[in-house]
Amino acid sequence: MNAECPVCGAQIQLASDAVQGELLECPDCGTELEVVSVNPPQVKEAPQEEEDWGQ
Amino acid sequence: MKVGMLHSLIRKDEKFLIDEFRKIKGVELELIDDREISFTLGKNDYDYDVIVERCINHSRALHGLKLFETAGIKCVNKYSVATICGDKLLTSCALAENNVPQPEVRVAFTEESALKTIEEMGYPVVLKPAVGSWGRLLSKINDRDAAEAILEHKTILGSYHHSIFYIQKYVEKARIVNGEKLPGRDIRSFVVGDKCIAAIYRTSPHWITNTARGGKATNCPVTDELNDISVRAAKAVGGGIVAIDIFETENGLMVNEVNYTMEYKNSIDTTGVNIPQKMVEYILQVAEGRND
Repeated sequence: MNAECPVCGAQIQLASDAVQGELLECPDCGTELEVVSVNPPQVKEAPQEEEDWGQ
Repeated sequence: MKVGMLHSLIRKDEKFLIDEFRKIKGVELELIDDREISFTLGKNDYDYDVIVERCINHSRALHGLKLFETAGIKCVNKYSVATICGDKLLTSCALAENNVPQPEVRVAFTEESALKTIEEMGYPVVLKPAVGSWGRLLSKINDRDAAEAILEHKTILGSYHHSIFYIQKYVEKARIVNGEKLPGRDIRSFVVGDKCIAAIYRTSPHWITNTARGGKATNCPVTDELNDISVRAAKAVGGGIVAIDIFETENGLMVNEVNYTMEYKNSIDTTGVNIPQKMVEYILQVAEGRND
């Protein structure tokens, strides 16, 4: 079972060690995505950068 | 042993750490999403031996660390370290108090006094928000016209913390080698505990060399001089796991900034050092009370 990119609809297979919250890039459209669920696999668009993001 | 990792998004940096923790028998790793957790002051009874802070938001990192430490949990890094490193003004004060070399820094609180200060320092200078990262909203000011414009914009358009004017003397990063002008570079060193474990050069034709802004990473040998200034800077802010941004100047190495939730994903292959493994070793030492 695959996740679906919410932007372009591409089917995305999560890695076996994927974790909730993980960032990945849609292989088709390049959108940055966040894994919201591993089982069942679901992704959403990653949040936009905020003012206090950083290291 | 139970390790809690406070995080929001899981970037490659966090994923490398997770992988390293999971290699170690007897370590239970719990991921704590800062978008889901809530705290009840005085009522929380955690069973973590240590919390590893890997938030992407400075505000959540800072307050999360304070709340866990208030509940009696050891944290890497400490709240006090995050407080200092999260504010360039506090970092500069800590470096100054510990005689760690840094570029000239002046601070002013009004548009008028900031302009006067910049004129006294001479151009160019760099105006930085005290709280900020990834090279955002840095202004290199080359002349009085630019100074007046930037200061007016910050005063009128910026939120109140943009009216604490942190002014740093600009350090030229471009180098002349055999008569050829090369792109500018600075150094990012990685300190774990009392050792600089690795370092990279960040090279860019732009005066901002952050890798988040396109700076190219190459290996930088850790010399005695680099280890010394890196560890001194780390100790000045309270120690732990930190990344130091360093300028090469004709007067020797100078510390620009210290980062407390260090990003290192592009530096593992570049340096050949397993940075997350070193981090995990240190974190477990802290958990066991061997390296507080």
